[in-house]
Amino acid sequence: MSEHEEHTSHSQGFYIAIGITLLVLTITTAAVAFVNLGPFNPVVALLIATIKATLVVLFFMHVKGASEKLTGAVVVSGFFFLAILISLSLADYLTRSWR
Amino acid sequence: MEHEAHNPALLHHFADAQQQKNAASLGMWLFLVTEIMFFGGMFCAYLVYRLAHFNAFAAGSQQLNIWMGAINTAVLIVSSVTVVLAVKAAEAGKRKVLVGYLVVTVLLGMTFLVIKGFEYAEKFEKHHVPGPTFNFTDKFDDNGKQIPVNPKEAELFFSLYFAMTGMHALHMIIGCGLFSVLAILAWKGHYTPGYFTPIENAGLYWHLVDIIWIYLFPLLYLISRHS
Amino acid sequence: MASTVIPANQAPAPTPKLNYLNNGHTLKSWLLTTDHKRIAILYLISVTVFFFLGGFFAMLIRLELLTPQGDLMQADTYNKVFTMHGLIMVFFFLIPVVPAVLGNFLIPIMLGAKDLAFPRINLLSWYLYVVGGLLISHVMLTGGVDTGWTFYSPFSTEYTNTKIVEAGLAAFIAGFSSIFTGLNFIVTIHRMRAPGLTWSRLPLFVWANYATSIIMILGTPVIAITIVLVAVERLFHLGIFDPRLGGDPLLFQHLFWFYSHPAVYIMILPSMGVVNELITCFSRKRIFGYKFIALSSIAIAVLGFLVWAHHMFVAGISLYAAMIFSFLTFFIGVPSAVKVFNWTATLYKGSISYATPMLYAFGFIGLFTMGGLTGLFLATLGIDVHVTDTYFVVAHFHYVMVGGVLMGYLGGLHFWWPKMTGRMYPEAWAKLSALLIFVGFNLTFFPQFILGYVGMPRRYWQYPPEFQALNVLSTAGASILAAGYLLPMIYFVWSLRYGKIADANPWAAAGLEWKTTSPPPTFNFDETPVVTWEAYNYDEIPPWERRAPVAR
Repeated sequence: MSEHEEHTSHSQGFYIAIGITLLVLTITTAAVAFVNLGPFNPVVALLIATIKATLVVLFFMHVKGASEKLTGAVVVSGFFFLAILISLSLADYLTRSWR
Repeated sequence: MEHEAHNPALLHHFADAQQQKNAASLGMWLFLVTEIMFFGGMFCAYLVYRLAHFNAFAAGSQQLNIWMGAINTAVLIVSSVTVVLAVKAAEAGKRKVLVGYLVVTVLLGMTFLVIKGFEYAEKFEKHHVPGPTFNFTDKFDDNGKQIPVNPKEAELFFSLYFAMTGMHALHMIIGCGLFSVLAILAWKGHYTPGYFTPIENAGLYWHLVDIIWIYLFPLLYLISRHS
Repeated sequence: MASTVIPANQAPAPTPKLNYLNNGHTLKSWLLTTDHKRIAILYLISVTVFFFLGGFFAMLIRLELLTPQGDLMQADTYNKVFTMHGLIMVFFFLIPVVPAVLGNFLIPIMLGAKDLAFPRINLLSWYLYVVGGLLISHVMLTGGVDTGWTFYSPFSTEYTNTKIVEAGLAAFIAGFSSIFTGLNFIVTIHRMRAPGLTWSRLPLFVWANYATSIIMILGTPVIAITIVLVAVERLFHLGIFDPRLGGDPLLFQHLFWFYSHPAVYIMILPSMGVVNELITCFSRKRIFGYKFIALSSIAIAVLGFLVWAHHMFVAGISLYAAMIFSFLTFFIGVPSAVKVFNWTATLYKGSISYATPMLYAFGFIGLFTMGGLTGLFLATLGIDVHVTDTYFVVAHFHYVMVGGVLMGYLGGLHFWWPKMTGRMYPEAWAKLSALLIFVGFNLTFFPQFILGYVGMPRRYWQYPPEFQALNVLSTAGASILAAGYLLPMIYFVWSLRYGKIADANPWAAAGLEWKTTSPPPTFNFDETPVVTWEAYNYDEIPPWERRAPVAR
């Protein structure tokens, strides 16, 4: 059963634009680290990191435009189970001091 | 993930080239998932300890060289662009352009490693390498307020720093080796518009190593820089 | 590539002269093979070696526990013995056995494919297994490891003097063997199904291995990094789990069990897959609730990742985390129960016969159910506090691993032996062995439930004298069990030379593997099959012939 995977290759300029976006986001996250946002600093940092990672996954790794949803499902499951590891471990650590 | 010596590259147990390509691609993605979980264990450790020992971790983070970290992030991003362009060149059958981009990717990867080397050297000088030479007297700078931290907990931060960036660097070295081999094979004409799967799959690997650094940089370097 | 529609009830093909076994006689043709069937045989041999090695350590344990005093060996030695037993049995037998032996052999054939997606990586998997096995054997010969197979920190990271790094490396390498097998299976099942073979027509053995492979991919890397961190702590004194540095030994346990709990589902799911094949064939019926069983395998794989800290209830995790994990652990029983109910419903009004594979299937259902139910006891926080780290736990996991995994494996090995070798095993001896195993198993492990409940701790080298009677029963059972395991070794080897020649489908079973010769040719099928029938279409297969296939 062969699925035809569409290799929708974007133009060179498109990839360079994504690259520049990633660089801009890097500068942003570094700059924001110097601003005191209290508990939101890590949130913003991780949010920007996730946006960057998503851009790499979708466009550089060609997940967007892959004809099968399987590729996307595989990526999502990887991060999903990592989230399970972290969140359920934190369920222990965050509640240690509760009584 | 299969590689052969000649065109057509079809291996006997596949029905057609498209099936082979799809299989190789899926196989590579599954391997990347294992890498996500592999590094994920260390990310989990890091997050748990950062919550438990925030001040010490922030103090340690403030001692990291944010410039080197940021430049390295930029280097990797650019190298991801060259990887994508290498794949495009392979698809278009432009052999010399392909080789060029592959070589540039390797050079950028080595640049990353060299900068990392300077960072590690700095750690040695500042006695921030865990073990008998470890000595941490810096304090957590929280908006001008100097808070003393437990040096033992700071040593934990640096243990994780070395473990995570060290494992990442190992993957970079492997990536550079991989791309060097691909550059040689590409120069010899192994890859055509009909078959460039190894370039694509190696590219996926490189992008994942980039993504890991995309998360490492804020988590390690940017905890608390406001002051 | 010509393809042909194989009618559902076509007469099976005669034994060919050239098949995968005699296609090349040199050592090189075996050691450098990329044929999934030969690799399965290589695994069969190596896995059996490690099974008996692990069994040897079990024998030492049971001999020591015959008497309340520690008289056979020192306490330190006893620690090493049960550690080696656990390490070998978990990493070098239970985790690989059904996928690497039966899965490797059957999955491409069941899919109508010529081989797995990545045959060379399949061979690499075997070599990684062998290298890991050699390393663990070296550890064993040079002093062993004494931390228990769970190598908890800080004993493993700091205080023990035994070869933790080397043993960890062995497990790490075996882990990659596992990852590559899982990767191969997932890609093959997604990409290489024969024309007409939709997901809902797949044998449930394939579904089971698919779910298993998901766990292998997602879980194994976490124990890999855990082993790396332990090694790094021992070698470079980077104290990730060191409390003096603010580290938490419990973090080791979280990371360890994040893999090691799903690992037990890696062990059981393929055996459950085997049971589907056996129950349908020997009751001549379609499976009851195909979709539910298929989805329950996936459910077990996913839910299996949510429950790991039930191994840590008394270790020091917070009460709230314990409650969450206890709650989640109860859910895992549901898909497993779904399977047991569906198998029972399949048996209902079936035309049941009692060939050896079916005996093992019955054994599986009964013993796995008992083991699984006692798992619910352990999931209950109040009971767990009482019985954790006692023989109750030991009995529980042996019921599911030996009564479950091993019975499923043996049932499958007997069922597919004619396909793999072209020979029948001697049925009377096989039935005797099955009986010995069942009796020996229960005699060994049922007393351990009682022992644990009345308070005998596990991993102890001596015990209060009032526990001796039950321990003696357990050891007696173990010797019967050992006889039960040795017999198949003997008669399987005997059958290779003297066993009745099997035709392509001695069981009149459904499934693509029975449509090719016994043993199959190197590329499995002469022509790629086109599948137009549902799985387990026993209503379309010619009736069971009473005289076949039992060998006389």
